[in-house]
Amino acid sequence: MEQGKIKDLLITATKIRKHSIEAVYSASSGHPGGSLSIADVLSVLYFDLMKVDANNPKWEDRDRLVLSKGHCSPALYGALAEKGFFSKDLIKTFRHIDSILQGHPDMKCVPGVDMSTGSLGQGISAACGMAVNAKIFDKNYRVYAIVGDGELEEGQVWEAAMFAAHYKLDNLTAFIDFNGLQIDGHVSEVMSPMPIDEKFAAFGWNVIKINGHDIEEIKNAAVKAAQVKGKPTAIIATTIKGKGVSFMENQASWHGSAPNKEQYEQAIKELDAYLESLGVK
Amino acid sequence: MADNIATREAYGKALAEFGDKYEIVVLDADLSKSTKTDTFKKKFPERFLNAGIAESNMMSIAAGIASCGKVVFASTFAMFAAGRAFEQVRNSIGYPNLNVKIGATHAGITVGEDGATHQCLEDIGIMRTIPNMVVINPADAVEARAAVEAAIKHNGPVYLRFGRLGVPVIFDESQYNFELGRGVMLADGNDAAVIATGLMVHEALKAKEELKNEGIDLRVINIHTIKPIDKEIIIKAAKETGAIVTAEEHNILGGLGSAVAEVVAESYPVPVKRVGVEDKFGRSGKPAALLEMYGLTAKNIVEKVREAIKLKVK
Repeated sequence: MEQGKIKDLLITATKIRKHSIEAVYSASSGHPGGSLSIADVLSVLYFDLMKVDANNPKWEDRDRLVLSKGHCSPALYGALAEKGFFSKDLIKTFRHIDSILQGHPDMKCVPGVDMSTGSLGQGISAACGMAVNAKIFDKNYRVYAIVGDGELEEGQVWEAAMFAAHYKLDNLTAFIDFNGLQIDGHVSEVMSPMPIDEKFAAFGWNVIKINGHDIEEIKNAAVKAAQVKGKPTAIIATTIKGKGVSFMENQASWHGSAPNKEQYEQAIKELDAYLESLGVK
Repeated sequence: MADNIATREAYGKALAEFGDKYEIVVLDADLSKSTKTDTFKKKFPERFLNAGIAESNMMSIAAGIASCGKVVFASTFAMFAAGRAFEQVRNSIGYPNLNVKIGATHAGITVGEDGATHQCLEDIGIMRTIPNMVVINPADAVEARAAVEAAIKHNGPVYLRFGRLGVPVIFDESQYNFELGRGVMLADGNDAAVIATGLMVHEALKAKEELKNEGIDLRVINIHTIKPIDKEIIIKAAKETGAIVTAEEHNILGGLGSAVAEVVAESYPVPVKRVGVEDKFGRSGKPAALLEMYGLTAKNIVEKVREAIKLKVK
């Protein structure tokens, strides 16, 4: 990938992070930690790989993304707003009673949201449904699911994994956001789903392990996944929960809490400083 | 009256029939021989998917397919559809208002010998509390077939409740007009009204004959759509007869009886008595013996009608 493109995607990822912080701060609630960890993956998907049309969100042949870890809606909303599905001004209305931007994504009212999610484990199944629909009706769109590592504790994820392999859903790519933390602490201590790679492989998936903050690795893995025939791909993306905001990084306490004014300003300052280092004033 | 036919048989036949006319997709969870979706599978293998023994996953898969613009039937036993997969039905199907039709067979106590774990007596109550969900409980094979087509044409989620036991055919297919959300007055009468659903409709018709000998003129109403319920036909019955009895193969809590009582209490209060399973779990046994044991016969309807008439405000 050329350096300019990488830089652009890093800039977009940082903007997604800023939107996430903005959203959670405006709502005084929400999930910043996991939103910050998936920003790079969302940036690569929406701004380099996915075939979508912001002017025609329901386009039948579009690629689809299911945010199975639906609580990280701030990052998804940030990506969709940057992509032009709706006005960036709406970010500040996140979780407000008169807003379309509900705490968890609602496909009925948010342009660009492909599935209503929030109840963990269900999104990846829905993604399988979309992928199998393409197989039945000979469509060539791709389906992406973003699944939390803690979410892997839900049994339904493995029902979906079985289904995807059984029906050879090679048009499905699941990004596992492997940040190692869930609400109650370390994933490995709460209820370890490890080893994640061997489990997906045993379920019949192609498995790729990457650094989930490395733009090139994300892109290359997704491209490779699309070339694999006969099986779905799980991209295990090692990430840092709270990535980009120093005091949020690797802190389970930032899974679902909002920053106060001072913390908000500090977070934005850090993200702006990073943008500036990328040449954005 | 024709032979006894289980509504699940009619469901399977209807799927195979309507598969020609509509581009439906059918899912099952390893019960296709029992739910009768195998009739569709044989005819349209490319549009049939087995999700295996994983009902929750099946419901969310169905949602994913429906999100791509297709009408999807997801089938399993009522216990697993409404019970095990409740949250998937609520969050993946009901909330996004997707075109998933849940074909739930083996509902009620007449599953018989499999016993309490398989006798779903809660599903109507569970399903009618999910916003957007339409709930249909057909009385016979003719109504079941018509309900399947109505569900395909309806835009949104539908729960279709079918039974395992063969039940008498009440309706004449050439005459029958199914309207979603509209009750059917099967017999007029002004002393009391029995509002029944599913296989209890046939029992209600028998009760009418028995009460005729006592000089009681019973109105018989079939409610195939429990949600949205036909308020008009219920309120009219309350006004014109002054006493209502409901009859269903379901817990008396939360099902048709509750739905009717809500309408009556809010719009035109008259006594309402309910025939149903009295908040108990079932047990293994022959379906007919279970119906007797749990009080789901014409005789029970007759008793409740007498009680309801006694409570009428003179």
